[in-house]
Amino acid sequence: MWRVGTVVALHNETATARTITLEVRDWPGHVAGQHVDVRVTAPDGYSAVRSYSLASAPNPEGRVQITVERLPKGEVSPYLTQEVVVDDRLEVRGPIGGWFVWRTQQTEPIQLIAGGSGIVPLMAMIRSRASTGGTAPFRLLYSVREPGAIFYRDELQALSDHKHSVSLTYAYTRSAPKDWPRPPSRIDAALIANATWPSNLVPTSYVCGPTSFVESAAGLLSACGNSPDKIRTERFGPTGDRQ
Amino acid sequence: MGIISRGFSGRRSTADVKLPPGQYLTTDFPVLSAGPTPQVPLDQWEFTIDDGTNVLRRWNWKSFRDLPTETVLVDLHCVTRWSKLGTSWEGVSLDTMLADLKTDASYTLFRSYGDYTTNLPVKDLRNKQAWVVFRFEGKDLAPEHGGPARLLVPHLYLWKSAKWVRGMTLMHHDKPGFWENLGYHIYGDPWREQRYSGDE
Amino acid sequence: MIADIYNYLDGNAAAGELSKIFVMDVTAAEGQCAHCGATKRFAEAHLYMQCPGVVARCAVCQNILLRLVNAGERVWLDLRGMTYLMLETPQLSDSLSPK
Repeated sequence: MWRVGTVVALHNETATARTITLEVRDWPGHVAGQHVDVRVTAPDGYSAVRSYSLASAPNPEGRVQITVERLPKGEVSPYLTQEVVVDDRLEVRGPIGGWFVWRTQQTEPIQLIAGGSGIVPLMAMIRSRASTGGTAPFRLLYSVREPGAIFYRDELQALSDHKHSVSLTYAYTRSAPKDWPRPPSRIDAALIANATWPSNLVPTSYVCGPTSFVESAAGLLSACGNSPDKIRTERFGPTGDRQ
Repeated sequence: MGIISRGFSGRRSTADVKLPPGQYLTTDFPVLSAGPTPQVPLDQWEFTIDDGTNVLRRWNWKSFRDLPTETVLVDLHCVTRWSKLGTSWEGVSLDTMLADLKTDASYTLFRSYGDYTTNLPVKDLRNKQAWVVFRFEGKDLAPEHGGPARLLVPHLYLWKSAKWVRGMTLMHHDKPGFWENLGYHIYGDPWREQRYSGDE
Repeated sequence: MIADIYNYLDGNAAAGELSKIFVMDVTAAEGQCAHCGATKRFAEAHLYMQCPGVVARCAVCQNILLRLVNAGERVWLDLRGMTYLMLETPQLSDSLSPK
């Protein structure tokens, strides 16, 4: 059940978030949207388990990536974002989850809505589509506090510049770039109307982020005609952590 | 045991204190809950003592707050292994609330707003062992920590200190509450490490 | 307070714990609440993991669907809150996609 993952690469996404690439022996492969449980154990046997979404697209090499946000009062995230170095080992259980997933066979329009670190599993979906040359219509609405909090910024920019790729809209909730047309605020019905697939196209939507964000965004999608069985959700804790 | 993660120690503090077996010292105050936080307006709050048939005592918030209170300094031991020492609470002693109550019942089941219950022997409520508390560290008890009022029984694991408490039922036979009927110990003494049913 | 109202996760968060018992994926499993009859995917249940066990509640009526306790050497499971749980074999879940 628990497999050993060796850290092979580290990359800072923001001032507080880091992507960890793990090589996992006997990794069975995964589907975009799935997550892993990571277990860390202190020398005296004390252990803690946290769930992290896989950020990487499915690949045959047994390498997976997680992106961890450092929480101010976190117990595991400060260790993963500040202490862990290449060649360290972490225990990994998974991949987990069969509902909040996007499979490459899906051809319908896809609406992704991310709140903060909720971007992680949605990025796996975007990368999965890119790695297979998929052409399913994808839109991403990515809500962040401020520009410095954006994960995968350059990659998202490159993808959205590409024709026939992911249509990208940022929503800033605390501070926006200079001259940003929309004042900092939470996503609302107007933004959903402007930046997401019209419900008559019957998209499948994936909403991920803190619980309060997910309830709000899913409610807004539902209010403009998307049926509940077409809205898939994944909730992180109020601070973005799963536990 | 899992493989050791180099450099990980968790948020535990090291200190020269005697803790119950298997416990770790913590300085924060984890919020553990099995359900939505009840929102109980004070003008609707009640605490009742019943025997399964009749209500024997009833307090509303005003009459409850008219009871004499005391401030106590106690250690908390949660079955999830964290201990928090030297916490200050203000509340009404169960000695006060049970005063003049004639009963031959030996057990109680505490009931909370929401669906939580926990069972305790009557003798563990008497003699300065239990309080219904409404202030923590000098401030009104926050809803996430059990406010308006919770039970506090520090000599047992913290799951016995029912949050959002609303009453107690006197019983002649012990009956397991919410966690006791799903693998947790019927009594729960942290010093004998009685975490799970079957533990001595 | 937001922290009080949104103090839950969802069925995805419990999937790792439940994978110790269930061989098939639980998050996509359809379950019916024994209290109100609502039928939903387990991924949509409200999950309370910050307590001495796992508690899953119906998103509609908040009654308990499932409880799990890791009690040392044993795992205790209470499934009284669900009339049924319908799990799909891996072959079936791979072939199905949202329409």
